[in-house]
Amino acid sequence: MEILKYAIYRFGTMLLTLLVVSVLVFAIINLPPGDYLSNQIAELQATGQSAGVAKAEFLRKEYALDKPLWQQYMIWMGFMPGPHGFSGMIQGNFGWSFEFDSPVADIVGDTLWLTVLVNLAAVAFVYAVALPLGVLAAARARTWVDYTSAFIGYLGLATPNFLLALILFYYGHRWFNLPIGGLMAPEFEGVPMNWEKVKSILVHLIVPTFVIGTAGASAMMQRLRANMLDELGKPYVETAIAKGMKSSRMLAKYPLRVAFNPFVADIGNLLPSMISGSVLVSVVLGLQTIGPTLLTALKTQDMFLSGFVLMFVALLTLIGTMISDVLLVLLDPRIRYEGRGT
Amino acid sequence: MTQLPDGRYVDDAPFDPQASLLEIERKDLDAPNWLLVWRKFRTHKLGLISGAFLLICYLLLPVAGFIAPYGPNQRHSEHLYSPPQSINLFHQGEFIGPYVYPLTSHADLETFQWVFTPDLENPQNLEFFCEGREYNIAGLIPSTTHLFCSPDENSPVFLWGSDRLGRDIFSRILYGAQLSLTVGLIGITVSFVLGIFFGSLAGYFGGKTDWVINRVIEILRSLPELPLWLALSAAVPSNWSPVAVFFIISIILGILDWPGLARSVRAKFLSLREEEYVRAAEMMGASSGRVIRKHLLPNFMSHLIASATLSIPAMILGETALSFLGLGLRAPAVSWGVMLNDAQNLASIEIYPWTAIPMLPIVVVVLAFNFLGDGLRDSLDPYQQ
Repeated sequence: MEILKYAIYRFGTMLLTLLVVSVLVFAIINLPPGDYLSNQIAELQATGQSAGVAKAEFLRKEYALDKPLWQQYMIWMGFMPGPHGFSGMIQGNFGWSFEFDSPVADIVGDTLWLTVLVNLAAVAFVYAVALPLGVLAAARARTWVDYTSAFIGYLGLATPNFLLALILFYYGHRWFNLPIGGLMAPEFEGVPMNWEKVKSILVHLIVPTFVIGTAGASAMMQRLRANMLDELGKPYVETAIAKGMKSSRMLAKYPLRVAFNPFVADIGNLLPSMISGSVLVSVVLGLQTIGPTLLTALKTQDMFLSGFVLMFVALLTLIGTMISDVLLVLLDPRIRYEGRGT
Repeated sequence: MTQLPDGRYVDDAPFDPQASLLEIERKDLDAPNWLLVWRKFRTHKLGLISGAFLLICYLLLPVAGFIAPYGPNQRHSEHLYSPPQSINLFHQGEFIGPYVYPLTSHADLETFQWVFTPDLENPQNLEFFCEGREYNIAGLIPSTTHLFCSPDENSPVFLWGSDRLGRDIFSRILYGAQLSLTVGLIGITVSFVLGIFFGSLAGYFGGKTDWVINRVIEILRSLPELPLWLALSAAVPSNWSPVAVFFIISIILGILDWPGLARSVRAKFLSLREEEYVRAAEMMGASSGRVIRKHLLPNFMSHLIASATLSIPAMILGETALSFLGLGLRAPAVSWGVMLNDAQNLASIEIYPWTAIPMLPIVVVVLAFNFLGDGLRDSLDPYQQ
């Protein structure tokens, strides 16, 4: 039951972190001078459209934008009753998007689970690629296998994600006839799930997964290689070899299990950069994730929309990190339950 | 050699406890730290080459205007999307020095593209140290001399092609380097100052300060960087001058980078504080400021420099990504990210692949920083084999 206690403790710290993050996010979305509505009111007054001004003023009252900042924050989060009683983030009301003139929940809707899907696929890709390559590079250290994988890894780290995306898209389409842009064929949008749609999404996922995962995979591969090399020098490995154990079986049975822990723990470091990558790549490739939504929202100062997207992205990262921490405790009996780093 | 009264022979030379060591090892032990680091670093070939390359790059930044044949925003309206030209030496089997074939353009009204045909009959010799558009060396000294240019005003030379507005991509890459390469340096300075300050605060005082700073570090590290970068740079007012935007963007890049550095500073502080030489210094009455400056900082400064080198590439890529998305530097400022903004769609990659050339310097510079950082990290501890 210790593990359950730890999981609950970890969940608690996650909620606290999320609270701090919400303050941070609120501060950031309020950084630009002025807000969407006051900009709009100024513009409407300049062109003399009083009807629009009245509507904008109404929205201002409706979303408590005329109150002091700290009250705005409390109302946004739902800690304090707004004009319509308690209706904030924690009550599940994500606010109003001024740019799209509809509730935030309607706009992000579908894109949320597509974002999760893209990132899950990328994590799976990272594990699938980094594990065998990292072990191979360590086992064949200082041979051409090692150097080639290191070279590819470095290239993956150094090439800007978005360019890799464009280039892969171009050649993927040209040589393998992969579809260009989007996460599904246009005819499946808004259609309920069926087998054809799943297939279409899978085919569309190939390039984005590859692009988002490459940098993470190469970082993880290098770390796994270093960990493996540390383990390979230890006496128990020598003993196993001296006893005549087959090297592939020896690798999998002893050093890999030790080197595997950081591999799981690393996902906490990896997730933030992968989600960053997915936002960027989504914008370039026109995927229906929240990346493009975030960009428009930020550019037009649509504060509730960008605030929600930022919160969602942070939540996704925090949940991923929490899961990896709990998994790590399950995997490694040496780790006690005080949490990492203590 | 003296003979003692009891008949034993004794050497007259003063006793030297290290006499058993070989002469060469003695030299090593007495050598200053930087020499040992340098000796080890020299064996790291890749790191050495990368370091030299980066040094040359940074030294060339002030004279970018001299090497570039054209200004960064100089337009050639007759040569939109001109393809790259190669410099040849032999014309019809005869050596005539470096020359290019002049290009003439005409619009293809069926595909709506510019078609360029080289004039293979009249090779055009490049001129060297010629007069051209005025520029400033290091932003201060006005000059009009360029390293090379084409002899004819109307048929300019585009080593790496020209872009949508007929601007020379080669020149723009050189000018763009001035911003793209310094963004990382300014950002890392900000991150360095913040990281050392908060890291040493946490490591030295411990207790509550340590707890608070640690939580802040954890929170900042658990957040995805790019959305935060985007949000912060979206807050930069659009009427600011390019220079102000440039500085604020590099500061934003630095602000979100310090937690990693602070964490390693703190860890080093915690472990080094327990070392015997620190206790010895304290017992001899050294103030804590002196202990930090003279005994602690030099111990891990080199380590910090190596990790800083490794985080510069992230900033260069960050600037590129921000500018690429239109939230970083904006035209008329020229950076590699701004240039890549033109190559944002598949059509330009397919029809005008040379607009994506700025990715080459990005990849090369980022790789060089990575190799240099690896080399530095490996050679920083000269006693470790």
